[in-house]
Amino acid sequence: MEGKVYSNEYSKKMSERSWQWVLEALPYTEPFLFVDELTNIHATGAEGRYRFPPDAYFYKGHFKDRPVTPGVLLTECCAQIGLVSLGIFLLKNEKNLQHLTIGMSSTAMEFLKPVFPGEIVRVVSVLEYFRFQKLKCSVKMFNEENNLVCKGTIAGMIGFNNG
Amino acid sequence: MEREEKYQTLKNIVKVYLPEDVDVTDIKQNSHFMENLNINSANLVDIVLDVEDAFDIRLENEDMDQMQTVNDALAIIDAKLSQK
Repeated sequence: MEGKVYSNEYSKKMSERSWQWVLEALPYTEPFLFVDELTNIHATGAEGRYRFPPDAYFYKGHFKDRPVTPGVLLTECCAQIGLVSLGIFLLKNEKNLQHLTIGMSSTAMEFLKPVFPGEIVRVVSVLEYFRFQKLKCSVKMFNEENNLVCKGTIAGMIGFNNG
Repeated sequence: MEREEKYQTLKNIVKVYLPEDVDVTDIKQNSHFMENLNINSANLVDIVLDVEDAFDIRLENEDMDQMQTVNDALAIIDAKLSQK
């Protein structure tokens, strides 16, 4: 029994480790990093998790006395996990990943359920295309009960500055 | 396909991506997509993808770099169609 737990823990650790380089290459930091872990990335999609910290500053203002995670931050979380992490993975053969420049170019999102402080969300993206530096994905976010929280499409331009 | 027909097809693609302050009548053969028609780089990619579908051709990165004006686009479409 213990051995089984061990091997699950071990394989979890290994899978975390294999995407660690993508996590480290993300061009975000506190208070605007919305990725805790990347659980899977492949040529046509990415998956990861984030816990919205219950003490995050924005809950003080959104809304007064009734904290709910703002939709723009759900969109941002979808973009960081679903789009940017996938883009970095797809550009893995580029040598100058540290000069990555990213700009969101369009979003179309639908929000179905609220996300409250402290909730863990899971984002799954599916690549639509990555051509001429434009990356477009469809994204879905699920809560811990596996209910769909939001879905939509996000696109951005991903390139390198030559500075 | 005649040049005028290609031009009309291209215009119909481009007009979808025009910002509100640019009218379809502003599209001229010498219009620069970004400078005259205020089309951003993300929408220029969409135009290229629509052009590929409409003409059943495939553009490469060099073509994208060269595609600055409506005339450039028509020339690239002609070149790709002649290679088919």
